[in-house]
Amino acid sequence: MLATTMRELDARGIDSFLPDLPGTNESLQSFSAQSLHGWRTAMALAARHFAANRVLALRGGALVFPNTLPGWVLEPVMGATLLRRMLRTRVLASREAGRHEDSATLLAQGREEGIELAGYYLGPALVAGLESARPLDEGQREIRMTELGGSALWLRAEPGEDAAQSVRLAQIVAEEFDA
Amino acid sequence: MDNAVSSPDLALREVLDAVLALGTARLAALGTDSPLFGAIPELDSMAIATLFGAIEERFDLFLDDDAISAETLETYGTLLDFVRAQCGC
Repeated sequence: MLATTMRELDARGIDSFLPDLPGTNESLQSFSAQSLHGWRTAMALAARHFAANRVLALRGGALVFPNTLPGWVLEPVMGATLLRRMLRTRVLASREAGRHEDSATLLAQGREEGIELAGYYLGPALVAGLESARPLDEGQREIRMTELGGSALWLRAEPGEDAAQSVRLAQIVAEEFDA
Repeated sequence: MDNAVSSPDLALREVLDAVLALGTARLAALGTDSPLFGAIPELDSMAIATLFGAIEERFDLFLDDDAISAETLETYGTLLDFVRAQCGC
């Protein structure tokens, strides 16, 4: 979705970049050593490095984006919501495998020693951070899914594409760029 | 979230479509007897967690993990009854 949006922005004369969070994708750092604080610092540094003058944050990105820049947030989500969903996935997967686990115990374990969720090893700092983190938007314009049309792609069980949504997102950004 | 209460059936269909990308035809064919769990290959633990998260968001609910069971997900009808009972709508 975002790659298409970025190409659409480029076609409208707007350069954009999508930084990897430390510990993810091509980053050489270990994921288990990450924290929201570290990610916020990294995103602020990236914004400075590329001399960004606008920012667009999506969902959980709103927990770590450089909120000193003007811009947009798309359906921002609380850290606790993300954490709860990941914990629940693990509880259900364990149940399928015949093991009983419950979210509260797993969360306590995560706070103490870290925990593996959705294939990622979350360190205690990241668990604690997510538990209390709220979207950081401060004056950025909040975009809701209804403005893009269709349903949210991050809910899809299988990865999906919706070019019309990506184009609409780029249109909103381009139209409101100097607003 | 406001129209969730006026038509839980419609709202639940929207949520199912968002998660499972059922498409218009399969969505229209969905009746109260339509089996869900075990009948839809995409419905794995990750999808079920997402589905219930999306239901919570759409209906403004907080569901206990223990409420998520094979019985709840047996058919579209059992899921709709469950959601209705939870939100009183």
